[in-house]
Amino acid sequence: MSTGIEGARERRVRTGGVELCVAELGDARQPAVVLVHGYPDSKEVWSEVASRLAARFHVVLYDVRGHGRSTAPVPLRGGFTLEKLTDDFLAVADAVSPDRPVHLVGHDWGSVQSWEFATVRRTEGRIASFTSVSGPSLDHLGHWIRKRAARPTPRRVAQLLGQGARSWYVSALHLPALPELAWRGPLGRRWPGLLERVEKVPAGDYPTASLPSDAAHGAWLYRDNVRFRLAHPRSDAYAHVPVQLITPTGDRFLSARLYDDLALWAPRLERRTLPAKHWVPRTRPDQLASWISGFVTAHEEASASGGYRPVSASGARGPYAERFGGQLVLVTGAAGGIGRATAFAFAEAGARVVAVDRDGEGAARTAEMARLIGAPGAWAETVDVADEAAMEKLAEKVAGEHGVVDVLVNNAGTGLSGPFLDTTTDDWRRVLDVNLWGVVHGCRLFGGQMAERGQGGHIVNTASAAAYQPSRILPAYATSKAAVLMLSECLRAELAGRGIGVSAVCPGIVNTGITATARFAGVSGEEEKRRRRRASKLYAMRNYPPEKVAGAILRAVLDDRAVVPVTPEARGARLLSRLMPGALRAIARLEPPL
Amino acid sequence: MTSAVASVRTAELRGFRDVQRLAYECAEAVAAQLRPGVTEREAARMQRRWLHGRGVRDWFHPPFAWFGDRTAFAGFRTPLRFLPSDRRLEPGMPFILDMAPVRHGFTADAGYSGCLGPHPLHDRLLADLRAHRDLVLRGMRERRSPKGIHEDVHRLMVRQGYTGRHRAHPFGVVARRAGRAGRRRTRAPLGSGTLLGSGTLLGSGTQPLRGLADHALHGRRDGGSPPWSPYRLPDHPPGPGLWAVEPHLGFHGTGAKFGEILVVTDSEDREQRAFWLDDELPHVRRWAEEDAA
Repeated sequence: MSTGIEGARERRVRTGGVELCVAELGDARQPAVVLVHGYPDSKEVWSEVASRLAARFHVVLYDVRGHGRSTAPVPLRGGFTLEKLTDDFLAVADAVSPDRPVHLVGHDWGSVQSWEFATVRRTEGRIASFTSVSGPSLDHLGHWIRKRAARPTPRRVAQLLGQGARSWYVSALHLPALPELAWRGPLGRRWPGLLERVEKVPAGDYPTASLPSDAAHGAWLYRDNVRFRLAHPRSDAYAHVPVQLITPTGDRFLSARLYDDLALWAPRLERRTLPAKHWVPRTRPDQLASWISGFVTAHEEASASGGYRPVSASGARGPYAERFGGQLVLVTGAAGGIGRATAFAFAEAGARVVAVDRDGEGAARTAEMARLIGAPGAWAETVDVADEAAMEKLAEKVAGEHGVVDVLVNNAGTGLSGPFLDTTTDDWRRVLDVNLWGVVHGCRLFGGQMAERGQGGHIVNTASAAAYQPSRILPAYATSKAAVLMLSECLRAELAGRGIGVSAVCPGIVNTGITATARFAGVSGEEEKRRRRRASKLYAMRNYPPEKVAGAILRAVLDDRAVVPVTPEARGARLLSRLMPGALRAIARLEPPL
Repeated sequence: MTSAVASVRTAELRGFRDVQRLAYECAEAVAAQLRPGVTEREAARMQRRWLHGRGVRDWFHPPFAWFGDRTAFAGFRTPLRFLPSDRRLEPGMPFILDMAPVRHGFTADAGYSGCLGPHPLHDRLLADLRAHRDLVLRGMRERRSPKGIHEDVHRLMVRQGYTGRHRAHPFGVVARRAGRAGRRRTRAPLGSGTLLGSGTLLGSGTQPLRGLADHALHGRRDGGSPPWSPYRLPDHPPGPGLWAVEPHLGFHGTGAKFGEILVVTDSEDREQRAFWLDDELPHVRRWAEEDAA
């Protein structure tokens, strides 16, 4: 009988008056990873993630009672309590992995019930780790609400109202008979289309044909548990296993604030954030599989060596580590300046880094240092971004060896200063080839891969404050950067629907090596050297460190910001360009002291 | 060597070398006693006692100890932050012991970097310091000006990836004419003792204090401009004398340094024009061992 999951072995497990449909993939001698689905789903919601995990683990999925091809309890009322769901889980775990604890992963209601499994005494020793996706513990939620209702501050009231608004459907599901009628009628028919349109869930083998009855039975998950547990939350709901919490930041059903106090309940907690909506097992299977693999592997190794250690190699904590840990980041112009600092900042957050530069030695050094400060992997590539064929080869190579990049930073750039009338066509070509075409190649090739993968991503293009601040001495450079800024804005509009963010970063005067290699048009070689030295000195005196720009780049990705001026003067010029463009035009006429 | 060093008497060199060796012996002895839980203050006191027991009664600057990210001078916005704190040593932490004892009128400024357990980044920093040691020596032998050498060092740092808030302090002058410190009592200075180009002469008793006070006055901010702007460094070849060289690399919360005396002479022989006072020091031995391995 087909399960909708290719190559899965099926078995039936009897427990507490129901029969559960269990599917298994991968080598049964490997650590078992049990995937528990939510509402209104069946185990097929996990099919994409399961197939990715099957190469390394013994993957187990089962239809929760009343869902998919598991039978429903009779009567339905009282048949879906968390206690009974715990019996089901233990029966499945004993059947598939009698001698070793299993690694547990839950999404939505699968996570809600897994919190029960991870916090009750009778499962101790049967669970090795727990990855929670989009589903809080009802007990923790009960305490969360009490804490905010007992001592309301404006912020706490706002948090309560925010989650209350997101939970409207919970109340609706408590209505008698109506939810069943809706699910077996129009809602059931329209649900797949709604998921595709609103949640961006790609069409495919999910949802399955059993959706109307899954959703109708599943309403009892809410009715049997929510009101009682929120009113009488357990005070001993402490996780006895290491927990990895994956929070989709765009979840329309759950506020990220729900997990603020979680460290109190889960002493061994790793946090991850993902810029996606609720159904991440369908929309971000690569990222989910990678974080699950990392967590499971770390704890398998830790239990083998008899100790616990955090997953991130650098032990990094904080919002950047939660978001970028394990992600693949490619930075061009990474042999120095802003590119190198950005590669280091991502490395420190636990990302894998590909450092690209014309200067192969410098890129190799960046990769080496990146590994030393926490990158689980870092590689150097010697490529001139202006070279289309080389960039195509690079894109192919990176995809083949490391996968599709999650964050692309098109940072490589070259400086060119001098009056327009002294700027030769060759000068123009070089500056446009690097500053604009380099960005075009990067966006086209790596952005194309991101779009094709369909699992989101982010592109950062390093523009410049010169993109909106005209200057008589930077006609070619400013033009190239203005083009980068506009390209970024257009691309942002185009890729918004695909979950790919695009940011343009406009640093301003930053102390990097760009002045030492800048071309000065219309002057002798000797004079060019002198001006380079002079410009470098001025930039050094301004001394705005590239590390701060790197910080702004990470923030821009985290918050998906469109245009990010960095230095105070870049921010000031941006403001003037909107409020008093005439003032900027006046400044543009000034000759800088070079 | 004696014949080549016209302006520096061998006996005096030996005096400087002995006190420098004594400082490194102290650093190794104290480092061997460091355990998790020891504070910077305790480590500084251990150095002071050890040296006091061996006849040191005066200091160019008293012993410092920095643990963890303080080895990279992270967040040192005021000079007070250089002083030993209650920071406790933990497994895996890097540490720096830094002292400048005066004995029999001779002084040294030693910096010893170590780590409590394996630390690949710290190893990398120590290995990278070697290139700085070679670069400063080469610059001095080529009669490059302190300003030029500073620029070379900065360029090397940039190549190595140590930029922005990660600074090195290539050298400060200990003595131009092999001066000997007079017996004097010093208060704890508020600086790190990493003087660069501020022309501190040991010949007179007040100069070191003035240099340190000057240093303390300006302090150093992360990413801020240093009080020793490279543009104020002498732009002429270094005169004969003893130069204290103490490169300090810091990177993402890990720092490493060494402190050594470089002898500069007016010899015509390139090799004799500048040489390290002593090659029998822990970090130099370590590099030699790595080469052998």
